[in-house]
Amino acid sequence: MSLNIVVLAKQVPDTRNVGKDAMKADGTINRAALPAIFNPEDLNALEQALQLKDAHPGSKITLVTMGLPRSAEMVRESLYRGGDDGVVLTDRPLGGADTLATSYSLAQTIRHLDKVDIIVGGRQAIDGDTAQVGPQIAEKLGLPQVTYAESVKVEDGIATIKRRIENGFETVTCPLPLVVTVNGSADACRPRNAKLIQKYKYAVTPSEKAQLSQERQRLVESRPYLNIREWGVADIEADPAQIGLKGSPTKVKTVVNVVFQAKESKTIEGSDEAQLEGLVQELIADHIIG
Amino acid sequence: MNDKNNLIVYCEIDDGRVADVSLELLTKGRTLATRLGVKLEALILGDKLDGVEQQVFPYGVDVVYKVEDERLYPYTSLPHSSVVINLFKEIEPQVCLMGATVIGRDLGPRVSSCLTSGLTADCTALEIGDHTDPITKTEYKDLLYQIRPAFGGNIVATIVNPEHRPQMATVREGVMKKEIFDANYKGEVVNLDADKYVDPASFVVKIIDREVEKSKVNIKNAPIIVAGGYGVGSKENFDMLFELADVLGGEVGASRAAVDAGFVEHERQIGQTGVTVRPKLYIACGISGQIQHVAGMNESSIIISINNDPNAPINSIADYVITGNLEDVIPKLIKYYKKNSK
Ligand SMILES: Cc1cc2nc3c(=O)[nH]c(=O)nc-3n(C[C@H](O)[C@H](O)[C@H](O)COP(=O)(O)OP(=O)(O)OC[C@H]3O[C@@H](n4cnc5c(N)ncnc54)[C@H](O)[C@@H]3O)c2cc1C
Ligand SMILES: Nc1ncnc2c1ncn2[C@@H]1O[C@H](COP(=O)(O)O)[C@@H](O)[C@H]1O
Repeated sequence: MSLNIVVLAKQVPDTRNVGKDAMKADGTINRAALPAIFNPEDLNALEQALQLKDAHPGSKITLVTMGLPRSAEMVRESLYRGGDDGVVLTDRPLGGADTLATSYSLAQTIRHLDKVDIIVGGRQAIDGDTAQVGPQIAEKLGLPQVTYAESVKVEDGIATIKRRIENGFETVTCPLPLVVTVNGSADACRPRNAKLIQKYKYAVTPSEKAQLSQERQRLVESRPYLNIREWGVADIEADPAQIGLKGSPTKVKTVVNVVFQAKESKTIEGSDEAQLEGLVQELIADHIIG
Repeated sequence: MNDKNNLIVYCEIDDGRVADVSLELLTKGRTLATRLGVKLEALILGDKLDGVEQQVFPYGVDVVYKVEDERLYPYTSLPHSSVVINLFKEIEPQVCLMGATVIGRDLGPRVSSCLTSGLTADCTALEIGDHTDPITKTEYKDLLYQIRPAFGGNIVATIVNPEHRPQMATVREGVMKKEIFDANYKGEVVNLDADKYVDPASFVVKIIDREVEKSKVNIKNAPIIVAGGYGVGSKENFDMLFELADVLGGEVGASRAAVDAGFVEHERQIGQTGVTVRPKLYIACGISGQIQHVAGMNESSIIISINNDPNAPINSIADYVITGNLEDVIPKLIKYYKKNSK
């Protein structure tokens, strides 16, 4: 049985490498200084989808992402690794969404796709580490959820999932359709495939297409698989009250720069053996160690 | 039914015992409930819950809601969320706290989605305070301030949910302190009928196998922690830290960068997305001291930083700063300790 698989993936600033230039002088974040990457655990989710496709030939993987127009890069990344198509959900009113407004918007998008058998996302996105969007989409679509997954198999319409729990593992079964969120410790995503890069390198959304030369636009038009869907609020028939900043129950009250209460500290040169020994003796005398 | 608008803690059960993280939240919840002038409630779901209320009353719990049913243990998402959602529709709590555990982070979002109430994950502090909407100028009294580091740790954000109830937050184990409120405190027990709160159709996920083992790493209670960061450079170099921890009678901890690099296992991660620790001695080796890390260790009594960058942020909160390469410094510390300790 072939499967209709949706992969949820977010383009995120690479917060793992926040350098000193990430903060502007006025204390706000300099997003431009951070490279935008494929959220790491979403790559693990994509790999699980690809393994399902390997096991169930004829399956189709649709990548769904909400973000800036340049999130089309996410869809191409998926196509290069074996995905089939994708939707970029991008529209001004969607901005400023918290996890609840995000999950509503993504759930609406999924409702406008062909019948879906399984939705796989990452456990959490590194820009917020909230891990909320997966379960919230499941709730919105009235589907069961299995979080913290390490591996996903499907047989006869039933998913068998190994998941990580506090201090151990659990194996669960659940009939399709369902939502699964995948851990970073699951199998790493396979690399891009050279043939697929050749095939899809000109895959574009309509707004990207408009930037291309006439000739290339014609090429894209002649090959349906090079057209990435780009949807806005109207396409997903979203309730304006439930999207963006307005649809977000959580509000950021204040944001402050972090300043630590500096302590009076004693500095010791690592090369100064007498001082090092003195420190050890002091700690022993104070019963901190020993 | 009972009165509304209280503060409720979803309590996790492990082998008949209420999890530490839940007791920590009850301790915090007691303070917040007193400040708000409302009751502190505990919600306990599971099997064989005889007398479990005795475990939570000393933390100042006024009402314990108990739902006992063998199908409710071990935890599965849908049945637990249906109980919580149905109960919350009746008792309309103003605040709900859960552990930022595998369970709390599976359950919380599902509940918040159904009730359209905001949820803030991994808070490092919770307070009560007022809020004025910057645009509408509407004033709100006594909201829950959900405080957490954000965005690469360069900022700390205070989040509020002005319009939606309950205001929900998850907190990691160890972030709040667990403290008996009154050993003789007595509340009321409300037994709820599982059949009234759980839809039988919600038992779709079946657990077919479960392996749990007690964690071998116990950094949470270690009196001395030798923590390594990305600056340690390799798995092999971590052996030096294990040796130092071993001679001092401590445990090895790590920053997320060290864990991500595969130097040590995830259980040793300290910080906002790891464990929070308060040892009497914390030796930070090759750790720069980003807020997410510091949030999990800045209450240590004595902090020593070993770093080759004299301006590493961690140095500003350290009692002793040793500037130099950890490869040189650690063996010397081991040597001098062995020499001086007898
Ligand atoms: C949402 C979120 C949650 C996070 N949660 C956590 C968390 O729970 N815990 C956590 O730790 N981090 C967390 N982080 C990551 C955090 O922001 C930092 O990236 C991380 O703590 C940095 O680790 P580090 O100090 O080991 O590495 P670096 O910042 O790379 O620092 C390495 C340090 O080693 C020093 N060094 C290098 N070589 C040597 C040597 N030979 N001898 C001595 N010193 C040397 C360097 O001078 C430097 O100061 C989180 C980030 C985000 C965005
Ligand atoms: N804007 C988005 N577009 C697509 N998927 C998303 C988006 N936000 C979150 N997700 C998915 O939900 C998971 C959890 O995100 P979070 O709740 O933000 O930690 C991510 O790993 C993604 O799979």
